[in-house]
Amino acid sequence: MNRATWARSESGLDGWFGPYGGRYVPETLIAALDELREAYEDARRDPEFRSELERLLRGYAGRPTPLYPARRLGEDLGGVRVYLKREDLCHTGAHKINNTLGQALLARRMRKRRIIAETGAGQHGGAAATAAALFGFQCVVYMGERDMERQALNVVRMRLLGAEVRPVSAGSRTLKDATNEAIRDWVTHVRETHYIIGSVVGPDPYPRLVRDFQRVIGEEAREQILEAEGRPPDAVFACVGGGSNALGIFYGFLEDEDVALVGVEAAGEGLSTGRHAASLVAGRPGVLHGALTYLLQDGSGQVHPAHSISAGLDYPGVGPEHAWWKDSGFARYEAVTDEDALHAFADLSRLEGILPALEPAHALAQLRVEASRWVGRSVIVCLSGRGDKDVAEVASR
Amino acid sequence: MGALERTFGRLRAQSRRAFIPYVTAGHPRPALVSQVLAALADCGADVIELGIPFSDPLADGPIIQRASWTALQQGVSPAQVLMWVEDFARGRETPVVLFSYVNPILQYGPESFVRDAASAGAAGLLLTDLPVGADPNLESRLFHRDVDLVRLVAPTTPPERAEEIARAARGFLYYISRTGVTGPRPELAAGLRREVEALRAHTRVPVAVGFGISTSDQARLVAEVADGVVVGSAIVAALGDGGLEAAARVAREIRQGIDAARD
Repeated sequence: MNRATWARSESGLDGWFGPYGGRYVPETLIAALDELREAYEDARRDPEFRSELERLLRGYAGRPTPLYPARRLGEDLGGVRVYLKREDLCHTGAHKINNTLGQALLARRMRKRRIIAETGAGQHGGAAATAAALFGFQCVVYMGERDMERQALNVVRMRLLGAEVRPVSAGSRTLKDATNEAIRDWVTHVRETHYIIGSVVGPDPYPRLVRDFQRVIGEEAREQILEAEGRPPDAVFACVGGGSNALGIFYGFLEDEDVALVGVEAAGEGLSTGRHAASLVAGRPGVLHGALTYLLQDGSGQVHPAHSISAGLDYPGVGPEHAWWKDSGFARYEAVTDEDALHAFADLSRLEGILPALEPAHALAQLRVEASRWVGRSVIVCLSGRGDKDVAEVASR
Repeated sequence: MGALERTFGRLRAQSRRAFIPYVTAGHPRPALVSQVLAALADCGADVIELGIPFSDPLADGPIIQRASWTALQQGVSPAQVLMWVEDFARGRETPVVLFSYVNPILQYGPESFVRDAASAGAAGLLLTDLPVGADPNLESRLFHRDVDLVRLVAPTTPPERAEEIARAARGFLYYISRTGVTGPRPELAAGLRREVEALRAHTRVPVAVGFGISTSDQARLVAEVADGVVVGSAIVAALGDGGLEAAARVAREIRQGIDAARD
């Protein structure tokens, strides 16, 4: 199967992306996943749902976001025509709001008034808290203690929005453990609660539902680049933790078989140190959080803690659709170290007056690594979030 | 007929209910596993659920999470657990059901795992994150004549699905008494009797009930409606806090509670 065929198939409708995906969850959740699957199928076909979501994205989240030609960065890279898809300009500062607004609408359709979410960097937690405030839902966000320290600003923000932030002290005290805890909450309060997963991970239907809510990034970007360049770009770069901004933007170019799609994971302190978060580049298939996908794990199937300077990429799994794309060659996956991401953060700040979040700084760093390949050509980098939340972390280095 | 069915058959003939304690293998210390299993058998366990620890036990509450963590810190692996089962099965008749999550078994190799589990003498396997129908291919790779794949039914399972699960059940059917993770709860869910009776109509295998049962009173109430009572966290907590003696005391109390059940 090639990329275009995959794009045109109703991909993932049965819950599988090639051999990946599925629903490896406790029996207690099966009914809720069925309910969500049905609610989503209904919603997809309901013009009322689509227009309400569109109104929210426009009037509330600030879409469409610009596709900005970053000329000074492009010159610095030796003459690459670089375009930044400015998801950092979305309300709440990242692409996460696209998904939380969509899922909040679904929660309302299912008459669930309690929302839970996991968060790493705090961007998804903030976006979930925002949507919950807007819809008048109760909201509980699970966050690893370690992440609460390094993303203190976002913790304050979520609380101001009326969400309860529950610290998670188990395991590595990061996104993986926050996700475990959110799933445990959901198993316990499943009848009245909707779990807003923040990325293209988890059991079916989450990976395709979150992907579909993020496809707006790629749809806009394609239209915008055609306007600016008269043709699709030569490459699209996006960071991959769970991988929602990457799938969102990649989908816009899936049928353009000549566009290189480059997903960038976190190599942390270096792949050889074992302290990284590069599940696709350096992991093996396994089951975590309800899906079969690439994982960081040891020989007996225990999941390894991930490491990344970026809390949003600090996750030992990845969306199952990326696992399938890796095997199929639909996209290329690379990994970039903490250090290179920090350089890219500094470069963009100084050259363009834009502080990127540390997550998309990885995508920018990979572009620099392979810049010579793209000289005289056009590339898009998905600037998935803004860097204000990372200022303290960067300053401490 | 597998070891589980034989055990439940014998109990039924005596009008007794099964006591099914759970412990995490290697908790609190790997050196104690043989003694823990022997003590549970001595305290009247009819079936023992032995947990193979997993790093991300998302169906478990804090007590079993901590026990799993402790065991993993001491290097407990699935292969090690199978050796303990083999040692135990050499001297005892009490069937052992291995309790875990999909990933450790997947990495071991599903076919090899059930083959090795069978030769170690295990009677069953229960994977909390493998609901019926989730992965038919994996389910068939886990098939073994002597190792029953024990399936769960939850309070949220719709009736038609519960029937389907019940019809395909082997060994025994595990009914989760309430929504939530493992761990003690002060009250039993209302409607338990009705739910269990509804299940019985669709299966010939026995129905055991677990999740949240921690006292002998609760055990008695559950034993009045079910064929077996699973108690995990209460025993694991006693084992962690007070050692073998404390765990044996809890196990004996639960056993008494079960035996006090009226038909």
